[in-house]
Amino acid sequence: MRSVRTRGLVVATTGAALALTLVGCSSDGDDNSSDGDSPAASADCADYTQYGDLKGKSISVYTSIVEPEAKQQTDSYKPFEECTGATIKYEGSREFEAQLPVRLKAGNPPDIAYVPQPGFLKSMVADYPNVVVPAPQETVDNAKKYYSEEWVNYGSVDGKLYATPLGANVKSFVWYSPQAFEDNGYTVPKTWDDLTTLTAKIAADHPDAKPWCAGIESGDATGWPATDWLEDVVLRTAGPDVYDQWVNHEIPFNDPQILTALQAVGSILKNPADVNGGLGEVASIATTPWNEAGNPILDGACFLHRAANFYQANWDEDVKVQEAPTDNGVYAFYLPGKSESDKPLLGGGEFVTGFSDRPEVAAFRTFLASPQWANEKAKVTGQGWFSANSGFDSSLLKSPIDQLSFKLLTDPSYTFRFDGSDQMPGAVGADAFWKQMTAWIGEDQADQTTLDNIEKAWPAS
Amino acid sequence: MDWLLHADTTGHKLALMVVAILLFVAVMSVLLFGVDRIKRAPTWLVVTGFLGPTLLFLAFGLVYPGLNTIRLSLFDAKSRNFVGADNYVTAFTDPQFQIVLRNTVLWVVLVPLCATAIGLVYAVLIDRARFESFAKTLIFLPMAISLVGASIIWKFVYEYKPNQGNIQQIGLANQLLVWLGFEPQQFLLHQPWNTLFLIVVMIWIQAGFAMTVISAAVKAIPDDIVEAARLDGLHGLGMFRYITVPSIRPALVVVLTTIAMATLKVFDVVRTMTGGNFKTSVVAYEFYTQSFRAENAGLGAALAVILFVLVIPIVVYNVRQLRLAEEVR
Repeated sequence: MRSVRTRGLVVATTGAALALTLVGCSSDGDDNSSDGDSPAASADCADYTQYGDLKGKSISVYTSIVEPEAKQQTDSYKPFEECTGATIKYEGSREFEAQLPVRLKAGNPPDIAYVPQPGFLKSMVADYPNVVVPAPQETVDNAKKYYSEEWVNYGSVDGKLYATPLGANVKSFVWYSPQAFEDNGYTVPKTWDDLTTLTAKIAADHPDAKPWCAGIESGDATGWPATDWLEDVVLRTAGPDVYDQWVNHEIPFNDPQILTALQAVGSILKNPADVNGGLGEVASIATTPWNEAGNPILDGACFLHRAANFYQANWDEDVKVQEAPTDNGVYAFYLPGKSESDKPLLGGGEFVTGFSDRPEVAAFRTFLASPQWANEKAKVTGQGWFSANSGFDSSLLKSPIDQLSFKLLTDPSYTFRFDGSDQMPGAVGADAFWKQMTAWIGEDQADQTTLDNIEKAWPAS
Repeated sequence: MDWLLHADTTGHKLALMVVAILLFVAVMSVLLFGVDRIKRAPTWLVVTGFLGPTLLFLAFGLVYPGLNTIRLSLFDAKSRNFVGADNYVTAFTDPQFQIVLRNTVLWVVLVPLCATAIGLVYAVLIDRARFESFAKTLIFLPMAISLVGASIIWKFVYEYKPNQGNIQQIGLANQLLVWLGFEPQQFLLHQPWNTLFLIVVMIWIQAGFAMTVISAAVKAIPDDIVEAARLDGLHGLGMFRYITVPSIRPALVVVLTTIAMATLKVFDVVRTMTGGNFKTSVVAYEFYTQSFRAENAGLGAALAVILFVLVIPIVVYNVRQLRLAEEVR
């Protein structure tokens, strides 16, 4: 009896070990090779001769952009692939931020990664100085020519350009129903005070509804929409200079000026009279999925929802995104500043980071930094994307919100600031900040405690 | 070589799979054939042949990473400077991590006990009943659902909508509450109750496993013992207490410890349902968060070591009970 049992155990253990090994070997990303069957965007190959003949060469791209946006990405590479002969191996992963450092550590980096967080880029350059390859000269030339200095700086570490901007987004928007505004005689607020007055007016006019709806649930990234709220308000109550000091940790995270901003956010998000239309009490913000939070606007259960330009992809297909009032229509207005002349703008983007100096990789990086690519991308994209490239032809954008975003981003009267949590170290920007803001709303954690806890999580070095 | 490493089309991948299976069969047949042919192989050769690969796998895939984790737990976030026991001090004194430890204790105590109790009662009740196999299938089915799948199902069960105007409930649990005239509840928001609602999911999954093993053990109780007990006047609860439970004690121990170990590793349920928010995190989830999200390799490793230390007594107990059971035999 004993020997039989022992042998059974060994077999089981070996089997389990084998199974584990096999699982470890299976690939975890969807390996989208780009030779799909979608209609290729036709292109004049004359523009592509500068990249040389790259026949038989392949370039691997690792990103956090997954379906359906992944297809728009791969489609936009088609002309490059057809004209140069190179193959782009595109791999999108929802676990990008956790997996990329693992791949770097294991000595198995992709050729190119699209990093959405300048803070993450900075820590990669610090931790793997020999693995991250600075942008080649032609890419630098393109970046300097087509991007504003601040965008070049987001992709630079210690004055050296490592990553060029890919896409861009604008977060300082409030979604609303133009029809509901017209029916009730509301106008789009021009200042922060107008906005608070409007909020109070809606609350008084509609006892069955709430002025705002909000949701910050996003799987293991729950809390990020709340960090955007705080960043937007810091820009408005404390100004862009304090914002920069705060993001770079030149003032502590729990500085009194930040506390003021958090209290201002709380005066809306934690005020039972102002939230959470059609979704529940204040705490329900923490459990409402961010991509569904705006829906009550269409039912008239709430009137305002602060979200980025890319939120438009989350509306149902029959919802019309347009400024003119219409049934089942939505649009977004700029989240106003303190005064009409005070126009801070919060946004974000991705950055093309290279881990190989092979010529085909360099050529592709140069291509991605060119207006040529940005325009190709706009042609194959329905909505929710635009570029900060100055050579970008915004008339190619199909969505009015994307056009508005591009207009605001390129309008010099607006002061652009990059998403703060994306610039902070990962321990804060992708963990403590999210978690503590979630606790602030979901568990009614005090303002001061919330900021103190995030300050405590800031890495020592 | 390139053909073996990069498969792009489905056909290519399938072909690679066939190649891999053939290779496995070839290696195994050479091994087995060789064992048969060599009649007088020295013992050491046989031992190395059979144990060697396993030992290599264990050393490379288990022992080395294990030791490395213990080493990393004594270093700082970037694994550069030695910090001694600082990470362990943080893990045990920081209020945030004390809650993580409290939750882990709740899980490890409640899930094995409840799942085993439910499995035991169910197995005894349906034993030799008319619809036994159907009843068994019912409770065993959740075992076939992955933890993530089960978590998503239960997230819908707990789904909350406010009781206002014409808003309809989506979640089963809240709809029941509303029908009974209560207010809908945010099940996953208020600690410590939210942890209990997560534990229910794990019990739902594990009870089927407990029931299957215990039911087999109940069936293996020799009829003569049962008959003798009956002649001595035992039935009902007495039979359960003095005959059934003592007879299946080894099975109970295996079930309890197996579920306890599975529970210590619970990650999927917490990640899928709350993402560790609202004070529901457990050690197995927190060590992932610290290592890969917060980029604090030291603290993450320390939490992993704590988890490892927590498992040891359960494994020791399990092995000792197996030995005792064998000695009796």
